[in-house]
Amino acid sequence: MSGLLEGKRLLITGVLTDQSIAFSTAKLAQEAGAEVILTGFGRLSLVERTAKRLPKPVPVIELDVSSKEHLDGLADKVREHVDGLDGVVHSIGFAPQSCLGGGFMDAPWEDVATAVQVSTYSYMSLAKATVPLLSPGSGIVGLTFDATVAWPVYDWMGVAKAGLESANRYLALHLGKQGIRSNLVAAGPLRTMAAKSIPGFEQFEDEWTKRAPITWDLHDTEPAAKGILALLSDWFPATTGEIVHVDGGFHAVGA
Amino acid sequence: MASREEIVTGLADILNELAGVEQADVTEEKTFTDDLDVDSLSMVEVIMAAEDKFGVKIPDTEMQNLKTVGDAVSYIEANQK
Repeated sequence: MSGLLEGKRLLITGVLTDQSIAFSTAKLAQEAGAEVILTGFGRLSLVERTAKRLPKPVPVIELDVSSKEHLDGLADKVREHVDGLDGVVHSIGFAPQSCLGGGFMDAPWEDVATAVQVSTYSYMSLAKATVPLLSPGSGIVGLTFDATVAWPVYDWMGVAKAGLESANRYLALHLGKQGIRSNLVAAGPLRTMAAKSIPGFEQFEDEWTKRAPITWDLHDTEPAAKGILALLSDWFPATTGEIVHVDGGFHAVGA
Repeated sequence: MASREEIVTGLADILNELAGVEQADVTEEKTFTDDLDVDSLSMVEVIMAAEDKFGVKIPDTEMQNLKTVGDAVSYIEANQK
């Protein structure tokens, strides 16, 4: 896919390890000609170590999406490297352990609030923080896990994702006037650090690989990354508020 | 090729730098999680640093089998280039 993103400047959040969906996204983006800037959260030393495994060197900006200070300073920090952005990738989600693994009926509001702030509200916050850098035709892409149904063990993270899917439509509505697109990729289950931190996540992995009409590989993050990058390319110019399933077709079949 | 002792010393340096573990505590029978108190994210970083240092690739599927320092040393010893 050489050249698909030639000259595009992308801000990519959510790289942690080389199994992160965001890592594949950054790697394929560079290979397709994009200039990539990463943001990292928490273990910056790990993010930077992982970033060194990308084909080309990238700057890493620290970003905690629950910090107003970080969000307010983000545009200026990005401007130290590029004078504008053509795309932003939101690959951020978190829920305290009480919200996952079957704890739906017992999770306290404070924990649910954290899950929603980091996983749902941050989609708008990140967009708002980067809008000054975005021009007409640019796009924002986030990652969901099909929230139209309830999943075992996903619990409040599923509710947060349902909110994210709605926030995607509202972002499309509110940024449409500026010509900025907002879309989501609904990926199938992938064995990332995020997935490994959900107790019992493997329960539906087997079902997925069995039922998906085309092959679904739990270890391959490249299909999801390619979906993200296609949405950020010039080939979806009239698509916004959309959710593209990159899940082996699982969502389309009943059994 | 690093010897077994050199690999233990190398891992001890990495564990000290990335997870604050005392070098002297790093011996082959110790488990990363329970004995050395290395959390899952630190473990990922330790493994990546070990890959860089010893020129090995430790696949994700292998990581869960590396419970003790000795397990990691054996894997690195057998797979280093």
